Amino acid sequence: MRKLLLESLLKVPVTEPAPDRDAAALAELAGTVDRAARATLGRSLSIRQIDAGSCNACELEIHALANAFYDLERFGLRFVASPRHADVLLVTGPVTKNMREALERTWRATPAPKWVVAAGGCARDGGIFAGSYACVGGVSAVIPVDLHIPGCPPTPTALLKGLIALMTAAASTTAAPPHG
Amino acid sequence: MPSLSSKLSDALAGGLGVEHHRPWPRTVVGREAWQALSAQLAAGQCTLLALWGERAAVNMALLDEDASGVAVATCPCPDGMFHSVGQVHAPAIRLERAIQDLFGLAADGLPDPRPWLDHGSWGVRHPLGGDGEAAVETGPYVFLPAEGEGLHQIAVGPVHAGIIEPGHFRFTANGETIVRLEERLGYVHKGIESLMAGKSLEDAGRLAGRTSGDSTVAYAYAFARAAEAALGVEVPPRAVWLRALMAELERLANHLADIGAVCNDAAFALMHAHCAMLREHVLRTAAAAFGHRLMMDAIVAGGVGADLAPDGAARIRGLLATIRAAFPALIELYDKTASLQDRTVGTGFLDPALARRFGCGGYVGRASGRAFDARRNLAYPPYDGLRFDIPVLHDGDVNARVWIRIREVEQSLGLVDQILERLPRGPAVRVPVAGIGAEAEGMAVVEGFRGDVLAWIRLDGEARVTRCHLRDPSWFQWPVLEAAIEGNIVADFPLCNKSFNCSYSGQDL
Repeated sequence: MRKLLLESLLKVPVTEPAPDRDAAALAELAGTVDRAARATLGRSLSIRQIDAGSCNACELEIHALANAFYDLERFGLRFVASPRHADVLLVTGPVTKNMREALERTWRATPAPKWVVAAGGCARDGGIFAGSYACVGGVSAVIPVDLHIPGCPPTPTALLKGLIALMTAAASTTAAPPHG
Repeated sequence: MPSLSSKLSDALAGGLGVEHHRPWPRTVVGREAWQALSAQLAAGQCTLLALWGERAAVNMALLDEDASGVAVATCPCPDGMFHSVGQVHAPAIRLERAIQDLFGLAADGLPDPRPWLDHGSWGVRHPLGGDGEAAVETGPYVFLPAEGEGLHQIAVGPVHAGIIEPGHFRFTANGETIVRLEERLGYVHKGIESLMAGKSLEDAGRLAGRTSGDSTVAYAYAFARAAEAALGVEVPPRAVWLRALMAELERLANHLADIGAVCNDAAFALMHAHCAMLREHVLRTAAAAFGHRLMMDAIVAGGVGADLAPDGAARIRGLLATIRAAFPALIELYDKTASLQDRTVGTGFLDPALARRFGCGGYVGRASGRAFDARRNLAYPPYDGLRFDIPVLHDGDVNARVWIRIREVEQSLGLVDQILERLPRGPAVRVPVAGIGAEAEGMAVVEGFRGDVLAWIRLDGEARVTRCHLRDPSWFQWPVLEAAIEGNIVADFPLCNKSFNCSYSGQDL
């Protein structure tokens, strides 16, 4: 173990430079974050992930954000275990009808100010599962969404770009109040 | 066509054989023969591979492990009832509860008739049954009782603390010790089988590849093989080998992630950090070689969507070198860290008898003595011509499930070597697939990282899907997790659960 730890200390880190903020994401976010939020949050966001019916591919790529290549936490972004601790809900899946209530209750349990990021094609409009008797079809049909990150599944880089854009917006924009 | 083992053929004698069901036979049987097959399952003479419904019939796929024989039995239910297999053979219970929910067929004698996938929120009952009944008000779900002094309940989920799929776990504990765990699943039921009906092979294949994202290659592989079996399509040799290459890369990525994640659930983050880097290497190589990190939609009916990228083979060889350089030190780290072994050894014991009875696939079965691997026991090309070992252990604990994964990583590295060495030249990697002008049925079993994935398909004359059933290995792993956790402490549940790593989405469909 000592050898592994020592090597990790001495070797050049594998962590890659930050990707640019996603311009499209910034545009979508303009006006969703106010100054009070900025004062409260500074440059740090706590994220609670909710799988609302995904095939689990999105979860795999969200997991990858924590590995040494992407190292999500260096941006002040971290995943938390409870919606009570969260600023951001990161939602995946077409929202199955069996998950609808749990999603609503998790959203209500999250204190304001809060933002909702819908990750993946299914979370936008149900994607490939749209029209099923068992799916609501899109996160925005259940709770208000601030940002969509496309992809099936979104790559870790796409997720990172979107989340960094969200944080930039949270730290700079003035406009409409966030969802209470 | 593979020959039918005598055990199965005796039981099916007198039934009516169905034409155009490949490669294994399907036989329509009466109620008595269906009951006799249930008794054979209960007696352990064969293994239940799958049990699924149709509008007015139920089907079960059976495996004779000694003879590597597979057969499908169909029992028509004109009165909307069938004889429950679950009353004598517990692995069928959840499958029958799902059939009741989806088709409205009643499993006569089913010991646990509570709904399984239907949580009362669809707005419709029996969505695949065809009569579009409106939903009726159902009472709250009643969990099984556990009685005794000093017991308390802990309800977990469907939204969990980590980044995992949704499901509900109801623990009854005495202090820290778990007396009973009951799972409630179905939260991510998306209605995949209903969406597939009427779709082209291409569209239905995309749905199959999103049944369980971590096994997208295995599902697309099984789906494509089932469709090709039905239509009698011969896949170009290069595509046959490229498919196996993708399947082994998927196995590597998932096993590496799981080995790290199990250790992480024992609060040993160092292992997790290193394994996660290796996994990322696999995914980046897959993206460079096949155009998608998880290789989604890369396998299609008729072959593969695209050939290996020009530098794909070199990139994959580089990946093998990276893993081979890093992995031995990680194995040693796992093996020599006493505090970690203290958590994994002896924890979450799965009785080999239970693993055999449930036909548990993958590392769950192989860590509990069940030496079944579809790549060997129901061998399909190119695995029938490749050298590899199937690691089997008998300890049945978290540690054994980690070691099976470690050994399988080593085997997969060797398989990728062989595949790259023997990869046939193209140029063809895909052939057109067309209907045969008549109904055709096919079935395939493919070994995913988690275990054997089964796909059954019925196509119309134009090769459109009329009915498709996909059976995730988790159907036979989730139930035994409830048994394996009994007597463990609540704090060891994440560890045990991760060592099983069952799919929620794959089981919920």
